[in-house]
Amino acid sequence: MRHRFSHGVHPQQNKELTVDLPIQRVPFVGRYVLPLDQHLGAPAQATVNVGERVRRGQRIARPGGFVSTALHSPVTGKVMAIEPRRAPGGKFSPSIEIHADPFATQRLTPNPPIDWLSLTLEEFIHHIQWAGIVGLGGAAFPSHVKYSMPEGKKIEYLLINGAECEPYLTNDHRLMLERPDALLQGIAIVKRKLGAKRAIIGIETNKPGAIDTLRAQIKRIHKVDVMPLPVKYPQGAERMLIKAVFGYELPATKLPRDIGIAVNNVSSLVAIADYFGSGLPLIERIITVSGSGVTYPANLIVPIGTPLREVLRFCGGLREATKSVIMGGPMMGQPIGSLDIPIVKGTSGILAFTEKEASTTFELPCIRCGRCLAACPHFLNPSRLGRLAKARRFDEMRAYRLTDCVECGACSYACPSEIPLVQLIRTAKRESHQR
Amino acid sequence: MTPYLGIGLAALFMGGLGVGLAAVLAAASRKLYVYEDPRIDEVEDMLPHANCGACTKPGCRPFAEALVKGELDPGLCTPNSQEMTQAIAGFLGVEAVKREKRVARLACAGGAHVAYFRAEYAGLKSCRAAALVSGGGKGCTWGCLGLGDCDIACEFDAIHMNKFGLPIVNEGKCVACDDCVDVCPKDLFEIHPVSHKLWVACKSLSAGDEAEQDCEVACTACARCVVDAPEGLIEIRNNLAIVDYTKNDLASTVAIERCPTGAIVWLDDKKAKKGTGAKKIVRMEPLPRG
Amino acid sequence: MAENAPAVELRTSPHIRNASSVDQIMRNVVYALLPVCAFAVYQFGISALALILMTTLACVLTEQMFCWFSEKPGTINDNSAVVSGMLLGLTLPPGFPLWMAAVAGFIAIALGKVIFGGIGFNVFNPALVGRAFVQAAFPVAITTWTPAFAPGRFVEFIPSTWTFPFAAPAPVADWVKQTSLVIQETSPNVDAFTGATALALQKFQQVTTDVGDMFLGFSAGSAGETSALLILVCGGYLVFRKMLDWRIPAAVLLGAFVSAGFFFLLDAEQYPDPFFVLFSGGLMLGAVFMASDMVASPVTPVGIWVYGILIGFITVIIRLFGGLSEGVMYAILFGNAASPLIEAVTQPRVYGTGRQRKAES
Repeated sequence: MRHRFSHGVHPQQNKELTVDLPIQRVPFVGRYVLPLDQHLGAPAQATVNVGERVRRGQRIARPGGFVSTALHSPVTGKVMAIEPRRAPGGKFSPSIEIHADPFATQRLTPNPPIDWLSLTLEEFIHHIQWAGIVGLGGAAFPSHVKYSMPEGKKIEYLLINGAECEPYLTNDHRLMLERPDALLQGIAIVKRKLGAKRAIIGIETNKPGAIDTLRAQIKRIHKVDVMPLPVKYPQGAERMLIKAVFGYELPATKLPRDIGIAVNNVSSLVAIADYFGSGLPLIERIITVSGSGVTYPANLIVPIGTPLREVLRFCGGLREATKSVIMGGPMMGQPIGSLDIPIVKGTSGILAFTEKEASTTFELPCIRCGRCLAACPHFLNPSRLGRLAKARRFDEMRAYRLTDCVECGACSYACPSEIPLVQLIRTAKRESHQR
Repeated sequence: MTPYLGIGLAALFMGGLGVGLAAVLAAASRKLYVYEDPRIDEVEDMLPHANCGACTKPGCRPFAEALVKGELDPGLCTPNSQEMTQAIAGFLGVEAVKREKRVARLACAGGAHVAYFRAEYAGLKSCRAAALVSGGGKGCTWGCLGLGDCDIACEFDAIHMNKFGLPIVNEGKCVACDDCVDVCPKDLFEIHPVSHKLWVACKSLSAGDEAEQDCEVACTACARCVVDAPEGLIEIRNNLAIVDYTKNDLASTVAIERCPTGAIVWLDDKKAKKGTGAKKIVRMEPLPRG
Repeated sequence: MAENAPAVELRTSPHIRNASSVDQIMRNVVYALLPVCAFAVYQFGISALALILMTTLACVLTEQMFCWFSEKPGTINDNSAVVSGMLLGLTLPPGFPLWMAAVAGFIAIALGKVIFGGIGFNVFNPALVGRAFVQAAFPVAITTWTPAFAPGRFVEFIPSTWTFPFAAPAPVADWVKQTSLVIQETSPNVDAFTGATALALQKFQQVTTDVGDMFLGFSAGSAGETSALLILVCGGYLVFRKMLDWRIPAAVLLGAFVSAGFFFLLDAEQYPDPFFVLFSGGLMLGAVFMASDMVASPVTPVGIWVYGILIGFITVIIRLFGGLSEGVMYAILFGNAASPLIEAVTQPRVYGTGRQRKAES
């Protein structure tokens, strides 16, 4: 059964820059910085000391609570410091700095595959948490939390997010093309452990290769469906995806698991498959480096903690005319002010934009054209929210469902007056929260 | 004579209506009367009507109510002049606790001529918005963004941005109302009594060269002030010199003399005196961005 | 930033933007209005040209003047004043004295737009504010219609065009009579012009004009309102470019058609048939270009329909029962005034609330 979510926008995709480039591995560099709070929830707690030698894949921090995950060393080397370092978002976060051992082979210590079939659900969730696996779509929400169900509830459907609706990014697309077997293995593991009836992979139709590859691999017995979805932003947002696949509008007050659905990104499932297959915890991830400011755009496997500077150097460096560097997709990514910050688990891409792509920010008055309303996937009234934010009337904003906003950027994208609606709303959210 | 009769009737009717309604109103005001201490109005008149909230009450009226009830003392109203405070105290027959004048102080000296910007922030001209965009582009994560939210928030016209993008507090006008403290996304303002003269104008938690790379007047955590000052007055915590103001009596200009960057200053007569060891910065134009 | 990286800017997400901008939208509205203006000139001659140029110029200069006074950055570049000026010119009778047109243009921008805070804040459609003002100030001039396709229309002005300010307009009755006679001689199948629009004819003299003629634009009226077909085509262009919300014209026309149809069914003798209502007077121009003014119309999906249908309904009520033969202008101004209220009561349903179905596969 096919549905659509209403509203949304159609930004130019620009995926052709990297879509045909196979995933490459970035060579090891000298220095890695691993912020302890690179996932949502409580920060991890370091379990190593300064000066200690660590192996690649060795755990260096343990979860700091239930909504928290472990952290593993991406290289064999030596812990040089545990102190605040510049992290994405501009803040200094407590981080573990590891210098790679130049003489180490960086080969993984072979681990026997984990017998996942015999694990109970609790053990499985524990494994996921201690393997440091988080949602790799961008939010870095610890995966095991999604699988822990309150008493009496059960996951019926496993929804796999292969939409990749952000322009420029092709990492999930390449992953589905190159490792369909691992993806299906990950699906099989999670489906079996959660007891889900079916798994559905939602893929936007601009990735016909991925759809065909997966369909060729899926056998009837897998009970996995591939569902092509129309190309529309934000198709990959959790609630939009649920609406597009099941035709159900999940209210902002509910979580997917309340209606028996678990939503996972394709790369998270591949990470799960890798962990149970070879004992490899989450120490590297696939990112897309793209945009007109990058000399050689690429899809890369990057050890987590690699400084941005090294990744960009591998891609030939930034062009002179680069105007802005973004971590994540162009619609929701964070601007980056320093190349010293590391790649973290939630980094899905690095984009460098020149004047050609970077938007101007000359703001004009709102002409009430209503395009933001037609763009907002949550049916909010961004123009009014923006106006109220400027007047600092936060109570009224909450009455207009300020908290439902997911900051997807569709309204700002559509606005002909270049009003920074998302920034206004985001700032207002933060401030009204503080009161 | 009929027109006169009409006019007479109308006048009678309207007049009767007026008298009747007036009677209803009079009865209602008698019936629904709520007694309120008349002193509240008088005390409120003696307050500055700034509704600033420095007294911990939401406005001047609630403060006046609290004064009349004797819950708070008149000295809490910092915008009020000494004479008026004494007048209120005399009126209510209480003793006004004498409080030292307190002012807001900025824990950052990194204007555009000494602090580097990593990147140019382009967006809403508001510190609170900029702070959410990768910290706002300043090299020093803790430093003042210079977009002037505090200037706008200050209702007493006590804060103005100088040409290097740093807010300058006019101590004469500052009433310590806390508005700038609340509004600053980097938490750079603190309210201090004017007798706290030793002041660390920096919040950078990085140390040594790293701190100096971002800002030429940063505290580099060299600890010279700790050594020079009387025992226990200053300590280095998280790479930042912290003054223990409970020992404020011990403070003297000795502490600032050898500070290499001039991050710790002696605030005297509204001028921040740097030690002789501080490097002299004569640059008068903003540093190039990037 | 370090040595090997260029200086970058920090911008907030989204980092890419839709290519469209306010001035681009307004520019396209100007493009869409050009054919309408051209047809007006073809129909009424250089007087119509002078009229449209005059109102446009007056609007643009007024806007520029206020920008200078208020020391704000110029807002001329967004073309919105040009749109207002052209629309204003198109709603006036072709022989309208130029100095009055200039007054109308000034009022349109000054009282209709700048006083509220410029583009984006005007409560009413500026062009209609200007027209409402001259309707009240110069009731004779604004109801003096001249025949279309006058023989010498490309070389001579309608006498009333060049009236001196504050002087009584030159009487056009004689000129109209002469011209009508000439038209009748040259093309006998055109009815004699009596100095009235199709609506006035219908209302006051119970003479019905052929709907087909009105649809194609071969009848008298204000400069730009005569050809319904051309207006629909130009509006269609804007809808195609996604610069016009098709729901507003659709709702206005629907509202007018349904309410006119209701009265026609009640008494076909007394009331005109709905097609006549649809294609007569300024309804088409008003529905496509005036009611759809983004600033003064609601933005909520339901509100748009309420607003449009309200305008259509009020138009019909004024036309059938009011003292004026034309009601579109006041109907739209009324709709503009009501739009904040409409918007307030038609807030969109929030995602996930309202009608719901159970999850299914």
